[in-house]
Amino acid sequence: MARTMAEKVWEEHVVRRADGEPDLLYIDLHLVHEVTSPQAFEGLRLAGRSVRRPDLTIATEDHNVPTQNLLAPIADPVSRKQVETLRKNCSDFGVRLHPMGDIDQGVVHVVGPQLGLTQPGMTVVCGDSHTSTHGAFGALAFGIGTSQVEHVLATQTLPMEPFKTMAVTVDGQLGPGVTAKDIILAVIARIGTGGGQGYVIEYRGEAIESLSMEARMTVCNMSIEAGARAGMIAPDRTTFDYIRGRSHAPQGADFDEAVEYWKSLTTDEGAEFDTEVVLHADEISPFVTWGTNPGQGVPLDASVPDPASYEDPSARAAAEKALNYMDLKAGTPMREVAVDTVFLGSCTNGRIEDLRAAAEIVRGHKVADGVRMLVVPGSMRVKEQANEEGLGAVFEEAGAEWREAGCSMCLGMNPDQLAPGERSASTSNRNFEGRQGRGGRTHLVSPLVAAATAVRGTLSSPSDLAE
Amino acid sequence: MDKFDVHTGRAMPLRASNVDTDQIIPAVYLKRVSRTGFEDGLFAEWRKEDDFVLNRPEYEGSTVLIAGPDFGTGSSREHAVWALQDYGFRVVLSPRFADIFRGNSLKGGLLTVLLPQEVIDHLWRTVEEDPATEITVDLVEREVRAPGVHESFELDDYTRWRLLEGLDDIALTLRHTDEIAEFEAGRKSWAPVTL
Repeated sequence: MARTMAEKVWEEHVVRRADGEPDLLYIDLHLVHEVTSPQAFEGLRLAGRSVRRPDLTIATEDHNVPTQNLLAPIADPVSRKQVETLRKNCSDFGVRLHPMGDIDQGVVHVVGPQLGLTQPGMTVVCGDSHTSTHGAFGALAFGIGTSQVEHVLATQTLPMEPFKTMAVTVDGQLGPGVTAKDIILAVIARIGTGGGQGYVIEYRGEAIESLSMEARMTVCNMSIEAGARAGMIAPDRTTFDYIRGRSHAPQGADFDEAVEYWKSLTTDEGAEFDTEVVLHADEISPFVTWGTNPGQGVPLDASVPDPASYEDPSARAAAEKALNYMDLKAGTPMREVAVDTVFLGSCTNGRIEDLRAAAEIVRGHKVADGVRMLVVPGSMRVKEQANEEGLGAVFEEAGAEWREAGCSMCLGMNPDQLAPGERSASTSNRNFEGRQGRGGRTHLVSPLVAAATAVRGTLSSPSDLAE
Repeated sequence: MDKFDVHTGRAMPLRASNVDTDQIIPAVYLKRVSRTGFEDGLFAEWRKEDDFVLNRPEYEGSTVLIAGPDFGTGSSREHAVWALQDYGFRVVLSPRFADIFRGNSLKGGLLTVLLPQEVIDHLWRTVEEDPATEITVDLVEREVRAPGVHESFELDDYTRWRLLEGLDDIALTLRHTDEIAEFEAGRKSWAPVTL
């Protein structure tokens, strides 16, 4: 029977199947960070259990870490304790850790692919909802809670109920200035924050196939914002070329064998998805959010919507509440919204291509008066590469702050936060109330829009700079 | 994990949709390394408003939370489940839960029950009119009972059995260590390792 890619990868990992029980799935790679792991390691200790496969486990410090003055101790004692706890746990249980200051330290979802640890057909988990990022390689990758982190540490498996499958097809070619971020924001606005609930989404179509590996990661990263557990993209030449030569990629004849296997994983001709959604690339333009969930977005050319235009009373109430929190008036053109802060970074848009694209826009310009721009690379290796390419200097000459790697202002667990009432244009993934700092107001944007907004001070696209 | 069979308690109406886990417990509370004591973080921002439902004395001691659709979206933080439990909730009722939150809740013994929006609307009105109203959530019969409500709900047999018995997932899986080892022997020789 014709099968989808998600179904094939699932079947390849079933350790045990029994009537009336969830399938027991094998996990090929477990990524660990300091926030969702302490209670899991503690659970192992209390039960006298060990980590079954430390060789399939890797940890990095990302959520709490400061992005400047790395040599000083972490000022916040609670953050420091959490990072120190991870170090002790990794040492006690034999888990590889990339701590602050290490060249492979960074946001966990940037580090895995960069090392070549993320490969097609794998099952990848992490106590972080943006684990969906790794699906860009044709892996089945999903976020888990701390109990499940403990379960994977102890058994390298997870009992799982099957997912439904959804195809999101993006036909045609993206226009200039339109990016992967705009695709996924448009998808979420279309299907809603609950639209993907219970599904693994497979992104397909010409516009998706044309994307680079890093852009594919941006799309899959935000699958969770549509409610889906995972997003996937079929592995192809772009995928194989990205993996080839990385430190954990198969070498020599093994690589060729791997590629043959990876090619066999793509969705069969005639396989049926439970749901299908189609978008046309030429209808997608730079997209921004106006509200407090990622589904509340519009094209940059549009205006703040009127809550009265929603028929569903619950959507209307949510829009009213969001506009109140965001301090926006219905009908205001999005381009007239002025920001205080621009954040370029995160597991969504903190990779080298994102920095290149943004640097190209700010090159020769200055960040607008009264605006601060924070550029936070996704990993220290991304930072090193950006410096080699002169991108760090471009950001600094424009007046932006060029920081060290970490999750930073995406969720404000470290000192990088919005002050109450401050407004940001952010390349991150969530515009929830208070996400970037208590009382902070977030507009989600692409790196191109972030860069143009930094220069003009109001939500802008690169084409606005040319005028 | 405590067993869950039949629970009867007073309920708190939370009239909001898309309650994300950043609202249930803001990131600043996630820095702790302990497993308990997260009740102070529950809805920490919303609690600063005096009229927020958690601050209203008539709902003090509630053990059932009645929420709108898409409860628990966003971050995978299990601390959201712990905060609800540490505060005293045993059950959350909603027309739709985010996947990861639902999985976390059922692993940890917080029963999340799917009910149609009409039933949620009815329950909201009922407990707003009389906050002393008690709601019974019966996992044995898979039923929710309250004045004017006698509604069955779905929960798969396996999860129900695990909750009724209060069983630890890891111990259950470790019964199958031989099968895990057998699977491992058949993995690709070139599959990546971190060490």
